[in-house]
Amino acid sequence: MAKKIKPEDLTCPLPITEHDTIQLAHGSGGKMMTDLISRLFVWAFDNPALNKQDDQAVVEIGKQRLSFTTDSFVVDPIFFPGGDIGELAVYGTVNDICMNGARPLYLSVGMIIEEGMPLADLEKIVVSMKRAAEEAGVVIVTGDTKVVNKGKGDKLFINTAGIGILEHDYTISADQLRPGDKILLSGTIGDHGIAVLSKREGLSFETPVESDTCPLNSLVAQILKAGHVHAMRDPTRGGVAATLNEFAHASDVGIHIREDHIPVKPAVSGACEVLGLDLLYVANEGKLIAAVPPDKAEAVLRAMKSHPLGQDAAMIGEVTSEQPGMVSMTTRIGGRRIVDMPVAEQLPRIC
Amino acid sequence: MKYLDEFRDLLRARRLLDDIKETTSRPCVIMEVCGGQTHAIVKNGIDRLLPDKIELVHGPGCPVCVTPLELIDKALAIASRPGVIFTSFGDMLRVPGSKKDLFTVKSEGGDVRMVYSPLDALRIARENPAKQVVFFGVGFETTAPLTAMAVWQAHQQQIDNFSMLVAHVLVPPAITALLNSPENRIQAFLAAGHVCTVMGWEEYIPIAEKYRVPIVVTGFEPIDILEGILMAVRQLEDGRAEVENQYARVVKREGNRPAQELIARVFQVTGRKWRGIGEFPQSGLVLRPEFEAHDAEKIFEIGQMRVEESPECISGLILQGLKKPHECGQFGSRCTPQNPLGATMVSSEGACAAYYAYHRHRTDHVEN
Repeated sequence: MAKKIKPEDLTCPLPITEHDTIQLAHGSGGKMMTDLISRLFVWAFDNPALNKQDDQAVVEIGKQRLSFTTDSFVVDPIFFPGGDIGELAVYGTVNDICMNGARPLYLSVGMIIEEGMPLADLEKIVVSMKRAAEEAGVVIVTGDTKVVNKGKGDKLFINTAGIGILEHDYTISADQLRPGDKILLSGTIGDHGIAVLSKREGLSFETPVESDTCPLNSLVAQILKAGHVHAMRDPTRGGVAATLNEFAHASDVGIHIREDHIPVKPAVSGACEVLGLDLLYVANEGKLIAAVPPDKAEAVLRAMKSHPLGQDAAMIGEVTSEQPGMVSMTTRIGGRRIVDMPVAEQLPRIC
Repeated sequence: MKYLDEFRDLLRARRLLDDIKETTSRPCVIMEVCGGQTHAIVKNGIDRLLPDKIELVHGPGCPVCVTPLELIDKALAIASRPGVIFTSFGDMLRVPGSKKDLFTVKSEGGDVRMVYSPLDALRIARENPAKQVVFFGVGFETTAPLTAMAVWQAHQQQIDNFSMLVAHVLVPPAITALLNSPENRIQAFLAAGHVCTVMGWEEYIPIAEKYRVPIVVTGFEPIDILEGILMAVRQLEDGRAEVENQYARVVKREGNRPAQELIARVFQVTGRKWRGIGEFPQSGLVLRPEFEAHDAEKIFEIGQMRVEESPECISGLILQGLKKPHECGQFGSRCTPQNPLGATMVSSEGACAAYYAYHRHRTDHVEN
């Protein structure tokens, strides 16, 4: 017979999940992707810089520490409200480089183009990349072009890689969180994911939702002027939930957030309601989450708010020593729930 | 945001919780029928804000979870065929059949597409006249008008390459079956607000009267659910057994008549097996004979499939409210959302998945 739920009785070791073939979920930013990365890529390429599994690697050349990263962009559609795949490819890599406080300098661009793609579209995207690089203050210094047979690609895939230099001598990394740290979020969440989804699915809202894609390096510079932070990451695929879980896991700490402190645009939250999506798992492309020592938190928050890209910044929670590896949230009605790592893409609910 | 913020208001929630605590004098077992409500309860941490005397039991109202294995295997067989575009609501794609799910079929080259509405599937059929476009018609009375409309339009516009695999189920027969069970311990129901939006709530009156059980038509926001619980507890305390409507801003007594007429025109009632629970008489919908040309079960000759559930999955007991997800030996070890043994772990509305996502670990006190 059923008993009263005793949450304290619930524990749950995760099994290793085996698939013989690659599933879309292996690229979704969730648990299946994390498993694939650790069990195949990290196992094979095993080295200290990679093993930290930050969004960028820190390597030393002589006395100089460099921040180095790469990212591939396969977004469909290639033009979406508020941006396009080219701009995204520049900003995505710039943002990954600078999340450890580095100053991004040089980018490479690899284009995989599907036969039959209109040249006018490609031109538009390249011009947009040029503008994006100027805006971010980086130079695209090398590249590669490949064309694949029609049907073997999806219009255009872009890979960018980039380097930046570290001009400070401390470590900003997902494994540096300490109990007591405050969790700061630079603005409203879910804008990019909903903008792309609405375009892809032909959904329209009274207030159009635009992608938040933008370069975050100047915001990062402003933050670092205000004080030392322990970790920063841009919550892209997998959203805020994935980033916070990565933090909690890497630093072996608990993170507790408050739902009513999380900034969100009404149109985005409405879209999530309509589509049956959990906002915390929706992608962002122009936001960052920072874990900041308590004595610096107010100053960093002020610095964020004084920057045009951080006007809606908020303190959304804090790091605790309880329940290491776990993210929890006080809901708006005062209840409490776990914010789990996403398994795979969110599936819209039936009703 | 209007219609949202006021139903997630902290002060209103606290007042309702105080009222519930004051009203509840003895233990009671309340079932929320709909998986959407189960999800809202655990997502908002409502169950842990309630007094210990109230036990919430999660009902069979997750259409994905109760879709029988045979129908899923049929869907997988159809989706694997060349020349077929198989369309479905997103939830259904990860539900395992005997061997695989629709995502696996997709990764093997099947043309499986997620749509938000069956009318999108109809559009795909119009755009791909050389293909057979099949929609997996899943859901309770809530989605039935949509699927009925798609079949009706296909029929009217002679879109011959559109068909539907129908797995619709009905709520009142399921509630009746639960109440008839000798093991029943449910004292009151929160009826599914969206189902009643379509069907109204008159059909619940005979159930409340016959079984002397309070039924409260309830919405899906935290405040709705708390109000629904309060109304159910008040009835139990007063010794009443009535149908009440908490969700009056959406649900009318008679429901949505045009939607009901459309359902009746396209579908007829049939017995249906519920995954993990068994066959309930008069609990499902099939296409009427005049729409046979759009019936995927008729078009694709698949024949009868005999399949067995994983003996380790106790989703049947969970869907009847006899067991809680964490009382299953496989919960979270051999059975996870990544590798589900049963449907209750798959759908985000499934009780096991909701427990897994929000309640898995040990958690500490509730903040008030």
